[in-house]
Amino acid sequence: MAYSDKVLDHYSNPRNVGSLDKNSTEVGTGLVGAPECGDVMKLQIKVNPATNIIEDAKFKTFGCGSAIASSSLATEWVKGKTVDEALTIRNTDIVKELSLPPVKIHCSVLAEDAIRAAIGDWKKKNGQHSQPQPQAQPVEQRA
Amino acid sequence: MSTNVISGNGNNDVKLPIYMDNHATTRTDPRVVEEMLPYFTEKFGNAASRNHEFGWVAEQAVEQARERIAKLIGATSKEIIFTSGATESNNLAIKGVAEMYKEKGNHIITQAIEHKAVLDTCKRLEKYGFRVTYLPVQKDGRIDLDDLKRAMDEKTILVTIMTANNEIGALQPIREIGALCHERGVLFHTDAVQAIGKVPFNVIQDNVDLASLTAHKLYGPKGVGGLYVRRKNPRVQLVAQIDGGGHERGMRSGTLNVPGIVGFGKACALASEGMAEEAVKLAALRDRLKDAIMGQLDEVYINGSVEHRLPGNLNISFAYVEGESLLMGINDIAVSSGSACTSATLEPSYVLKALGAGDDLAHSSIRFGIGRFNTQAEVDYVAERVIDTVKRLRELSPLYEMAKEGIDLTKVQWAAEPTH
Ligand SMILES: Cc1ncc(COP(=O)(O)O)c(C=O)c1O
Ligand code: FES
Repeated sequence: MAYSDKVLDHYSNPRNVGSLDKNSTEVGTGLVGAPECGDVMKLQIKVNPATNIIEDAKFKTFGCGSAIASSSLATEWVKGKTVDEALTIRNTDIVKELSLPPVKIHCSVLAEDAIRAAIGDWKKKNGQHSQPQPQAQPVEQRA
Repeated sequence: MSTNVISGNGNNDVKLPIYMDNHATTRTDPRVVEEMLPYFTEKFGNAASRNHEFGWVAEQAVEQARERIAKLIGATSKEIIFTSGATESNNLAIKGVAEMYKEKGNHIITQAIEHKAVLDTCKRLEKYGFRVTYLPVQKDGRIDLDDLKRAMDEKTILVTIMTANNEIGALQPIREIGALCHERGVLFHTDAVQAIGKVPFNVIQDNVDLASLTAHKLYGPKGVGGLYVRRKNPRVQLVAQIDGGGHERGMRSGTLNVPGIVGFGKACALASEGMAEEAVKLAALRDRLKDAIMGQLDEVYINGSVEHRLPGNLNISFAYVEGESLLMGINDIAVSSGSACTSATLEPSYVLKALGAGDDLAHSSIRFGIGRFNTQAEVDYVAERVIDTVKRLRELSPLYEMAKEGIDLTKVQWAAEPTH
């Protein structure tokens, strides 16, 4: 498969790789996908409580190059947006920006899910009402 | 394709891209090409033309090739039928036997990790009223002979089990399988495509009644193959699946691909001469690659039997790294992955799934197929690139991070998307 230049760029130089403190109340964590399906994304946001602006975002992704690129792009896009603005990001925007072929659309869907899950987690922590988002549940915590 | 030369270790230069996918196909050996060439131009006759020199020359070349192929597998030349490749040979063997022996019984036994050319042929026969048993494989990719014994009944007419698997290189115990079949008067077909010219294979010693062969996996051209059909003890009969001019003793009509057959013959002659030595070289390169990777990376798993394995095959799962992203990182190296993301169907490899290792390891698998034209410098380059890329991707992997934190990934309730 031929990848678009933008996918290759994000794959080679992924933006915002890393982790934020998931126990901080300012941090929302989204963990979506499943290893058996070949894709797992973790996307985290750090929200300024005064402004609701996403000041930082980090990701880690297990998945194909398009999944890595989609999540890398998602972190770029959510940064600087308010939580509500970030919720308007659609997977179709990601598909367009990265010129993803039809077989890779679900990788962009996963990135949208990851944004929503991260925001959902942040809202829950901060007592805000939100739709429950599908989200992985580590049953067994730190050893 | 652009190629460039880079410096490998020491003063060995490797030329990029590197081809290390020799189970998919092999480069045609230049000695094979050379022998084929006259059969396109001066010696272009139809091997079925009985009344002029052009035809005789072509026929003679075909018969020489038949002998060379027969010699490699311990058969006689009359037992080799030419086809367009192993897909056709598998179809002809299985459908041809099923149709010929359907009065005797309607039960066929195969196994889970056959090539699709066998599995889908069996599935079609099920639609026509045949009963097919798909034996499971053990963790090492080999069938359990007791399973086979239990599956056989008085209606069983055919057992079809491959000699070597194309993904994990696992060698089946074909000699024992053939012996079991012969004890019970059941025919034994084997898809020997990946084994021929790589490991010893002898239709008499291995108790084989039908064997599918193809030229392009042993440094011959694509689009030409053969089927070994035993002529005595027992004499195997087939119903032709392609009707026409009655070529190949009526078993496979169609004008013979003379240049291709000449190339196939030459490829087999080269294999007869050099196989023993080549197998030692390939196994050494394979082990060098394996040792380099396993020495530098933790949590890598070899898929399939280590002991009963094709010398040039290495199939490894790199835990926490998805296969397609790994391929993308080593894009100057041609290998393949069992990952769903690389397949058109978005399904991970059914072969790896059948080993019971868990789908996540199938997604993380890479198949290295080392062949005649690979060098030690290439192996060293590949090892280095793979190790670097896996390390980089693990830094990017949420699974690796979770595992390092001590979370048991099998106990996490994943919120999976149903799209994959
Ligand atoms: C085990 C096995 N059987 C059959 C085939 C099909 O062979 P061919 O390409 O000659 O049709 C292949 C190669 O793809 C193979 O690896
Ligand atoms: S993660 Fe599987 S195709 Fe993208």
